[in-house]
Amino acid sequence: MSVAAAVTPPAVGAEAPGPRRAGRTPYLLLAPGLAVLAIFFVAPILVLFFTSLMVPVPGGDIGQFQPAFEVSNYTNAIREYWPIFVRSFGFGLLATVLALLIGYPLAYVIAVRCRSRPTLAQFMLVLVIAPFFTSFILRTIAWRQILADEGPVVSVMRALALLPSDGRLTATAFAVVAGLTYNFLPFMTLPIYASLERLDVRLIEAGQDLYAGPLTTFLRVTWPLSLPGVVAGTLLTFIPASGDYVNAALLGNPGTRMIGSIIDSQFFQVVDYPTAAALSFILMAVILVLVIVYIRRSGTEDLV
Amino acid sequence: MADVVSAPSGADLELQALSKAFGDMVAVDSVDLVVPAGSFFALLGPSGCGKTTTLRMVAGLEHPTSGRIRIGTKDVTATRAFERPVNTVFQSYALFPHLTVLENVAFGLRRRGQADATASAMHALELVELAHTARRRPAQLSGGQQQRIALARAIVNRPAVLLLDEPLGALDLKLRRQMQVELKRIQTDVGLTFIHVTHDQEEAMTMADTVAVMNAGRIEQLGPPAQLYERPTTAFVANFLGQSNLLLGDVQSQADGVLSVAPRGGADRRPMLVRADRCAVTSGRILVGVRPEKLHLIAGDGTGPGDEDVPAYTNVVGPGVVVDVSFSGVSTQYLVDVPGAGQLTVFSQNIYDGAGHRPGDVVRAAWALPHSFGLPGDQDASAGREAV
Repeated sequence: MSVAAAVTPPAVGAEAPGPRRAGRTPYLLLAPGLAVLAIFFVAPILVLFFTSLMVPVPGGDIGQFQPAFEVSNYTNAIREYWPIFVRSFGFGLLATVLALLIGYPLAYVIAVRCRSRPTLAQFMLVLVIAPFFTSFILRTIAWRQILADEGPVVSVMRALALLPSDGRLTATAFAVVAGLTYNFLPFMTLPIYASLERLDVRLIEAGQDLYAGPLTTFLRVTWPLSLPGVVAGTLLTFIPASGDYVNAALLGNPGTRMIGSIIDSQFFQVVDYPTAAALSFILMAVILVLVIVYIRRSGTEDLV
Repeated sequence: MADVVSAPSGADLELQALSKAFGDMVAVDSVDLVVPAGSFFALLGPSGCGKTTTLRMVAGLEHPTSGRIRIGTKDVTATRAFERPVNTVFQSYALFPHLTVLENVAFGLRRRGQADATASAMHALELVELAHTARRRPAQLSGGQQQRIALARAIVNRPAVLLLDEPLGALDLKLRRQMQVELKRIQTDVGLTFIHVTHDQEEAMTMADTVAVMNAGRIEQLGPPAQLYERPTTAFVANFLGQSNLLLGDVQSQADGVLSVAPRGGADRRPMLVRADRCAVTSGRILVGVRPEKLHLIAGDGTGPGDEDVPAYTNVVGPGVVVDVSFSGVSTQYLVDVPGAGQLTVFSQNIYDGAGHRPGDVVRAAWALPHSFGLPGDQDASAGREAV
């Protein structure tokens, strides 16, 4: 026994670092990501939350606030800006629906119809991604040129009497929604492409073989199987589109302002940090609730 | 299950000069075919022979370049897949992953608006003995179970013609044998017209009433399995369906319905005898064929005492040298090299004590006259040998 006791401790000591190091490795690998999240997500959210409850320093300068627990910041913000919230989500929803109507057929053609011609499919995929090579702002400004009063779109629409002779597109709700749709189209197209690309075309053939016409086959087979991509694409479009302020600022007018523009001006022009922070929190909360309801209803809980 | 069994049996299928070309490549070359209602028909051939393309044209998933397709009394050539009274069991099964097993089976019934779709689907699941899996998703089932679900999904619709595209190809050997028996039982039960595409000649022979051997887009030969095996009419069929020894010769004379054929490459060798009614040609160059299990090996080179006592109506080839012996339990396969005639394959049943000859032994090969068959001598004697 004494020999065994004398031999065992060093053996344990020699073996121990191995398992212990292996146990630590995953956490070490996670550490950078967790640190980034803590510094750039959790900390700002907390700061924003405390800001949203602050009150102005009595007799202080503009932009001077002190800690408080002023819940009326939220109620005031909702009372004053609820129409803007409604408009933001309305524009976001409209842009999402339009992006789906454009993006789904596009993704379908690339992923299913061009499957036998991979080079063409890759080329079309590059075209979908190509706009990312230019700045988001620049592309939105380009839309001002396209929709300008002297631009080709307006001239054609006037000539076809789709627009009255003094009608315009810039600085309208149409321009804002068009800009949102355009800017977020790749976010809709790519996830749908990813799910359709995995679709087994033999399932479409099986549908046709089992007496389903083209429309029924689409509704019963293709659409349900592409639903994960559709859900991902609509979320990736709706969330940023609802909070966007670039399109509203560059393509809209004061009557088409979205909640993003209000938050922007509250922060940088009015310098009312608590209201801006409260608006940000309301936006986040509403989006979170909408997304949870949406995912539950579409039955793709595995995305959460 | 009773209503499934009592439903009407399938309909005739007729293909008239059916062709399909993909660009310059002719996949199916003017195929004429009549499959009678209620039969189990196998389309057998190596990969790329056009059998699957033929099947897809019948299903409506591929459009013929020319020719007509008739099901029952109706010409369906111009109709689309979902309009045809045809269902397919796909090689990959192609079960809908987002639907339950029951919904998969009920899919076709629902599309046609059948009132008791769920009940009929359950009956079909009972027929394939998988009713207990009704609520599961296809991915939760084994390959063999998925195969049976795919079959149930097709037969539940009572199609005029049921198409099976290598339905057992993805299963392991043991399960495949089991499913062959199962499929045959179900076909007998439901009495539908089954068209089974396969490259497995044993599978085709075991299951089908009629087998059509396809090669390079054409039907080489069509008939009951036993007829195809015993009396092939082309070298391709002789080699693809089982194995054959083919010996080239020239017809010398004909007497009492028996041809006497002089072997090529050996004037001193005995003439080979073959019945004229078992020959595709009766004059000129001819390939005399015999199946390996019909051959018997006789020890010695034929010069020993008593060796000339060969019974009448028996063919003898040799002497040759045994070059390979492989013992497989129930039988032994010998390769015998006969100068001037090439290598003969001989299967010898293990009735006595295993392999009776060793490599290097001098032997002759003999077979009874009725077992020879004759093929056109201008055909490639090795056609179809490597094709699988």
